[in-house]
Amino acid sequence: MSLETIQIEHVPATHRVHVALFRDVSNADFLQSQLLARNADFEYAFIDASSVASRLQLLSAVYRALTNLIDGTLQTNNVHSEVVISLSPSNNIAEAYRRWGITLGKTKDIVVAKIIYPPSLPSPSEDSTAPAPTLPTTEDIWAHLSENVKGTPVPLSDEQISKSTDWPKLRKYYALNGLPVLAKITDEAAKVKEMERLIIMRMALRGL
Amino acid sequence: MATHAPPVEFALPQVLTYPASTPPFLVAQGAEGRLYKTTHITSSRPCALKYRPSKSYRHPILDARLTKARIQAEAKVLDRCCREGVPVPAVYALDAGGGWLMMEWVDGVPVRQGINVWLGERPEDDAVPDAEVADETPLVDLMNRIGEAVGALHRTGVIHGDLTTSNMMLRPWAGGQSNGVSGEDGEKKKAVGGDVILIDFGLATQSVADEDRAVDLYVLERAFASTHPRAERLFTHVLEAYKQAYKKAPSVIHKLEDVRMRGRKKSMLG
Ligand SMILES: Nc1ncnc2c1ncn2[C@@H]1O[C@H](COP(=O)(O)OP(=O)(O)O)[C@@H](O)[C@H]1O
Ligand SMILES: [Mg+2]
Repeated sequence: MSLETIQIEHVPATHRVHVALFRDVSNADFLQSQLLARNADFEYAFIDASSVASRLQLLSAVYRALTNLIDGTLQTNNVHSEVVISLSPSNNIAEAYRRWGITLGKTKDIVVAKIIYPPSLPSPSEDSTAPAPTLPTTEDIWAHLSENVKGTPVPLSDEQISKSTDWPKLRKYYALNGLPVLAKITDEAAKVKEMERLIIMRMALRGL
Repeated sequence: MATHAPPVEFALPQVLTYPASTPPFLVAQGAEGRLYKTTHITSSRPCALKYRPSKSYRHPILDARLTKARIQAEAKVLDRCCREGVPVPAVYALDAGGGWLMMEWVDGVPVRQGINVWLGERPEDDAVPDAEVADETPLVDLMNRIGEAVGALHRTGVIHGDLTTSNMMLRPWAGGQSNGVSGEDGEKKKAVGGDVILIDFGLATQSVADEDRAVDLYVLERAFASTHPRAERLFTHVLEAYKQAYKKAPSVIHKLEDVRMRGRKKSMLG
């Protein structure tokens, strides 16, 4: 199974995070249409892998979305869309979806994030004898994903992600062009590390 | 300021009550907040979490607004510095409403501690120039690196607001650089080695006024003289390196003369 379960530091034990990476997805448009139709079976963050720099960057966005979920400060409808906008350095939500979400006819490789958490407790007025809804298992999620995402699952490693990353695009999105700190670095790998550092910082500062 | 264990157990901020691979470690507790060592995202990524608890003596709404604004301001300054290449920790995450800011963990010790190790226990009025005094190069080099860091900071239009040798870290160089010198001398040399990283931007502001920069330098000069009286005469190296790093330094140093003068007058008046 290529669905990874991730333990992120400082996330309540009640919350579970899964991630996956699919290459050469042939039905990206279909997936996007399911999101637009708010199909409840498709509660995922679908992210265009070409807009992702690293695993750490992705998980930082997941962590931010979880923080907002727990604080009750989500800026979008749900935690999955919040993951997508948490990758953005700006408050423009439509633009964030355009840049980090699926683009019709363009998106090839897709990063998926899925967050599972117990629904909020029923209010006392509701029938307290009703059984607590059972949360989907990792197997359930993988079964649904592998059936609906038509692509090749690969591990969500930095090496795999880097094959999809469109750096010129990211440099523009995170305003990294012409930065003094980057001009000083000659080693390519060190430069990528520094860009990741600045990207995560810009994400953390979104809205300030 | 105190870095020893506090006498009372503080209630952890909410964020640190959730599971992590290692328990949070209280590093420092100041008037404005607490500094914990913990982890960001993975167990292998240490971070510093700065937490500003709410102050019960302040009006709750005002307090929440102040805390939020300060955390946001500190994060913005760190972002600006990182992008300009000023040596400061990167911001990892923040929750201004929750009163916390997570940033890159800087290895090493505060500059204050490094300098004190170098100076050792010799009495202040030791007039005999011994071998260590004869070769002060490692300490002078450190002064230069401090001046360089402050010059880079001022070049970007940021005023630190609380420049002291406690608000700078000495991040050890990879592999250490005591270069074959072993024993006590090697240890001392190592104590003042490392990259200077500026921290604690809680009082930082953005300004391009020479006056503000001069006050920043003056605060450092005074703090240096009172923390390290035996190394006070080496402070001129900080200013020398500052001049090298920052081309508008001459007019700032000129202003510094005025600021010193005012400082003296004030202390004479008591
Ligand atoms: N990013 C960091 N990495 C490692 N240690 C840190 C970091 N930030 C602060 N510290 C340690 O915590 C102490 C207090 O942090 P500081 O930001 O100076 O807060 P305060 O306002 O309490 O002085 C510092 O003197 C330093 O020893
Ligand atoms: Mg401090």
